[in-house]
Amino acid sequence: MGKHSGRRVLITGICGELAGQLAARLEADDRVDAIVGVDLRRPAHHLSRTEWVAADLRNPEIAHVIAAAAIDTIVHLRITAEPHASGGRSLMKERNVIGTMQLLAAAQNTDRLRKVVLKSTTAVYGSRYDDPALFDEDAAPGTARRSGYSQDAVEIEGYARTFASRRPDATLTTLRFANFLGPRVTTPLTTYFALPVVPTVLGYDPRLQFCHERDAVEVLVRSTLEDHPGTFNVAGPGILYLSQAVRRAGKPSVPVALPFVNGLAHLVRRTGRVDFSPEQLGFLLYGRVGNLERMRTDFGYAPAFSTPAAFDDFVATRRLAPLVDRDTAVRWEHRLHDLLSALAAGSAGAGR
Amino acid sequence: MTQAGRPAGADVIPLGPRRRGAAAGDEPARARCGEPLADGRTCRNYAEPSGLCRVHEPEEPGTTAPARADRPAPATVPPRIRPSPGAASDPHLAPVPDPGDALAAALDFLRRRLTGDYDVDVYGFDRELTEQVILPLARPLYRRYWRVRAVGLEHVPARSGALIVANHAGTLPFDAIMTKVALLDDHPAHRHLRELAADLALRLPVIGPMARKTGNTLAHGDDARRLLAAGELVGVWPEGFKGIGKLYRDRYKLQRFGRGGFVELALRAQVPIVPVAIIGAEEIYPMVADVRVLARLLRLPYFPVTWQFPLLGPAGLLPLPSKWVIVFGEPIDTARYGPEAADDPMLVFELTDRVRTVIQRMLYRTLMGRRSIFF
Repeated sequence: MGKHSGRRVLITGICGELAGQLAARLEADDRVDAIVGVDLRRPAHHLSRTEWVAADLRNPEIAHVIAAAAIDTIVHLRITAEPHASGGRSLMKERNVIGTMQLLAAAQNTDRLRKVVLKSTTAVYGSRYDDPALFDEDAAPGTARRSGYSQDAVEIEGYARTFASRRPDATLTTLRFANFLGPRVTTPLTTYFALPVVPTVLGYDPRLQFCHERDAVEVLVRSTLEDHPGTFNVAGPGILYLSQAVRRAGKPSVPVALPFVNGLAHLVRRTGRVDFSPEQLGFLLYGRVGNLERMRTDFGYAPAFSTPAAFDDFVATRRLAPLVDRDTAVRWEHRLHDLLSALAAGSAGAGR
Repeated sequence: MTQAGRPAGADVIPLGPRRRGAAAGDEPARARCGEPLADGRTCRNYAEPSGLCRVHEPEEPGTTAPARADRPAPATVPPRIRPSPGAASDPHLAPVPDPGDALAAALDFLRRRLTGDYDVDVYGFDRELTEQVILPLARPLYRRYWRVRAVGLEHVPARSGALIVANHAGTLPFDAIMTKVALLDDHPAHRHLRELAADLALRLPVIGPMARKTGNTLAHGDDARRLLAAGELVGVWPEGFKGIGKLYRDRYKLQRFGRGGFVELALRAQVPIVPVAIIGAEEIYPMVADVRVLARLLRLPYFPVTWQFPLLGPAGLLPLPSKWVIVFGEPIDTARYGPEAADDPMLVFELTDRVRTVIQRMLYRTLMGRRSIFF
């Protein structure tokens, strides 16, 4: 078995932005023989070699697809954080958790399978005031205080670990990504920063960590083609405070007192613009930052975008229409400086 | 942090009478530094090959933070000797000689803050905000209100990591803020103290983010270990709420020192422990009673009734102007035990007790030399 003897890759959730970019990268790589994408909708990306299987992960047909296409690598990206878009929280949980269960059950019975790459999230750590400043991958994600998306991710990771223990010959790579930002990816957070006025919670300033979509795709490609067993936090180094990010975007922000936040979130959700679920409130209060040491040393990846750079690129490429852009600010600074020094010179002259 | 033997830049006192004899026998004639100190004594730190100790050795260029070069020298230089009379507008920009430059710097600062163009570290420490905004607010308290005298700063290493362990008092943690100012303003290397805060402080709105931005982080083993490994000064107040929320009649009586977590931390990180005694913080809000019912209702560890509060209403929030002394004691070496000693609970208890005794003794000694609470 040569290490590069033609990978046969199954990508779940091929409609997603990252999945599409990953498939395009794998198509261009001659180490990959076949790519099968699973999703209910037709992929939006221009993909030539990728075969599309229109199926839900809970469909037993998935097992047949895996066997028929002689899949040896599964990249599981079909995990969503958006209850509104998935048709409600219970359906979201159904798809996330039960879908993963079915997929891994099918994978376990496939002898050829030697790798599973799982897209997870740093949300498994939760967001609380009594959390450490940096989360290590080993920080045991307790399930007691989680809900919603992070609860799904914790359960999915649990199933993946069970799978790995039953199939010790297969490699499991769990990638805990921070919030994605970039020119094309769309998440609740990107729509949040695109709001004309950004609501924040009065008196709180969470520390945020972002992962640029280009880094995310690069890490996914490497995980697919190389062997990186283990769990890794993936993000750009550094942090931004929410207040700092909003200022960098040149947006006005409105601090909302904590008791009114859920009401406002409900209103915003009604308009359908931001899929903000209540369990994300903790994130807006305390944020979360993963320790990237293991990504750097064990995985051997140095991100192209730090967290501030990822955010700046996001602002620049999305044309977020800042109220005040940086050049204007510098111009104002110079004008104000000239004005004030002229005034100072005038008063000094008068004083004499 | 050095691998074994002596931690960089710290004077080491041997622990225990038996060990003291042995250590003295090992190193019979180690040269001392001998530089005169601010209080008239000579420096007793061990000398480096240059003949001076790590504190008094001339700094190699480039080892201190470059931003420090243009700091005001707040200790002795009165602000009036500024050369330019035109720059009287903004006191904390005093060191910039040309008023035009000062204005440009102020505007540049303002513009960068408003457009988010500044760096914070992963723990949330905003160095610029701390140095330019928060410390200028705390400095008048340090210099004028409590007239803090910082003694023994030469015991704090100039470059390497160390664990600063101090007594806690005063109902509100002003003692932590003053220790921070002392190390930044009066320490020759102008070091930032990274405090390990209680989770309550980080939970509160406004206070929590501000605590993070000024360098606090949660009292959590992993965070603290990483900070120490990065060569930072980490500050702990192991008495916690038992210390800061104690009654006035118990003043200067050290409470239990937590469960010795800080000793484990220092042992694991192999950094020296610098014991610190803070005199004066006990008298800023003399607490006569603790209203348990209200505390439980507000989910606070204590609800203080002090001489001023709530009797004087909002004016009761004003702390009393006691005279403060912060004494930095000789560092306690941990390197001699090795990192695996952190797993030996007996040794950890013993060291915890020793640090507590040392600080208690420093407190009593300094109290005896005090003329009055306020002068």
